[in-house]
Amino acid sequence: MQSLTDRKKVVGNKEMTFKEKLYLPAIFKGMGITFSHLFRKHNTLRYPEVKREFAPVYRGQHVLKRDEQGRENCTACGLCAVACPAEAITMVAGERKKGEEGLYREEKYAEMYEINMLRCIFCGLCEEACPKEAIFLTDRLVPSTFERDEFIYGKDLLVEDVNLRIDITKRQLTGKRTEK
Amino acid sequence: MSELIEKFIVIVVLFTVSLGVAAYATYFERKVAAWFQDRIGPDRAGPFGILQPLADGGKLFFKEDFIPEKAEKWLFILGPGIAMFVALMTGCVIPWSTALEFGENIVEMQVADVNIGILFIMGFLSIGVYGIMIGGWASNNKFALFGAIRASSQMISYELAMGICVITIVMMTGSLSLKDIVNHQHGFWADGYFTWNVFKQPLAFIIFFICALAETNRAPFDLPECESELIGGYHTEYGSMKMGFYLFAEYTSLFISSAVIAVLFFGGFNFPGMDNFEGNTLALLGIAAMFAKTFVFIFIFMWIRWTIPRFRFDQLMHLGWKKLIPISLINMLVTGLVIAYNEGWFN
Repeated sequence: MQSLTDRKKVVGNKEMTFKEKLYLPAIFKGMGITFSHLFRKHNTLRYPEVKREFAPVYRGQHVLKRDEQGRENCTACGLCAVACPAEAITMVAGERKKGEEGLYREEKYAEMYEINMLRCIFCGLCEEACPKEAIFLTDRLVPSTFERDEFIYGKDLLVEDVNLRIDITKRQLTGKRTEK
Repeated sequence: MSELIEKFIVIVVLFTVSLGVAAYATYFERKVAAWFQDRIGPDRAGPFGILQPLADGGKLFFKEDFIPEKAEKWLFILGPGIAMFVALMTGCVIPWSTALEFGENIVEMQVADVNIGILFIMGFLSIGVYGIMIGGWASNNKFALFGAIRASSQMISYELAMGICVITIVMMTGSLSLKDIVNHQHGFWADGYFTWNVFKQPLAFIIFFICALAETNRAPFDLPECESELIGGYHTEYGSMKMGFYLFAEYTSLFISSAVIAVLFFGGFNFPGMDNFEGNTLALLGIAAMFAKTFVFIFIFMWIRWTIPRFRFDQLMHLGWKKLIPISLINMLVTGLVIAYNEGWFN
């Protein structure tokens, strides 16, 4: 068959030639290659001091957004849970009572909203499925812990603080959800 | 009495230097590996990470000193002890330099000028395999046993070729004493040719070097402890400072075999233009030359380790028995004929 690249190499138990049997030429060649690496620039980033910049499309820990008046966007429609291929998202819907208009944007809201970070594969389909611009993946990393239970993130960890908003403009600028 | 104190000081200094070099060889091994792989290597402990060996050693001391239930307890303890003892012993016949003078006292830079120095080293190298053998067998673990068996068969195969190469050098020098061998290579250039043995016996040097790689269990002949197949080989079951001893012994013997190569083939403490100096200056420069040569060889050992993949065991045996031994035998024969011709046997 015609190969797509010219890198195909036919292998077989062919006898080594005398030059190959000497080993030394190949060894010296290899040592030359490694020696040239001595003078190359290293690619190491000294991590805690220097951090690699994330791409604008990086998909890390989720955030449940609030709108400009600080009300939760999520209406517990469940589309994210349906879209999730890892079945990491679960939620319980609740009805907004009188006097809670400042907390939730619409009449229905999520009483409980959990993402299991061990199940999550950070594909971003929840973000694409969301009709309310409520859930986004951010450039934050999910920290490691010792207990499995602690990886189930509830609303306390997911919903952004009113005063400490999570900036997701970079993601919105990638053009994924401009027309919504 | 004063001689006893002199010797004692030389021994202590040699002991400390061997351990220090071995400790820093572990650091440089990691650094060299990092450089070859476009990385930085350890750089957190102290400036440039130079305190890394201390951190490693300290860590090993604080680990649990565990002996498996089914292991032969005393042999299990004896194994690393022998490995370490033998590795340190070989250093004592190596002439590090000419004598230093302190007023009346003349201090030889050699612990013992044994008149069969090179035999002493070969002998102790062969005992070295007992440390690995006993430790591997006493662990009562099949991987450790595999490693031990591999080590012993490898030693037997490569010691022969190594010994024959040494014989060629001994034939040329006419003495088994390392001091005589070094003095025979005095300076750098004499009678229209280089004096160092490597220029007279390049083939013997290459074979000796390959065998030294095998004898110190270093890549590409690190089959006794290959991590990928035998999960550490003979020291699979070892932890804490016992494993530290094995690793230390390996790096000490790396240092010593580099020194032996320098002595046998690269003129030991001789350096070009050494006749312009005398006394203590000569001795100190000699030490510097000797250590420079040794460190170059340590670097080459590491360079090889991070370049070449491991040999397969059958390849190792083929190389040892079918190539190195016949070639070194022929080399010895030719050397003998040339010496006989020069002595006028054929006239």
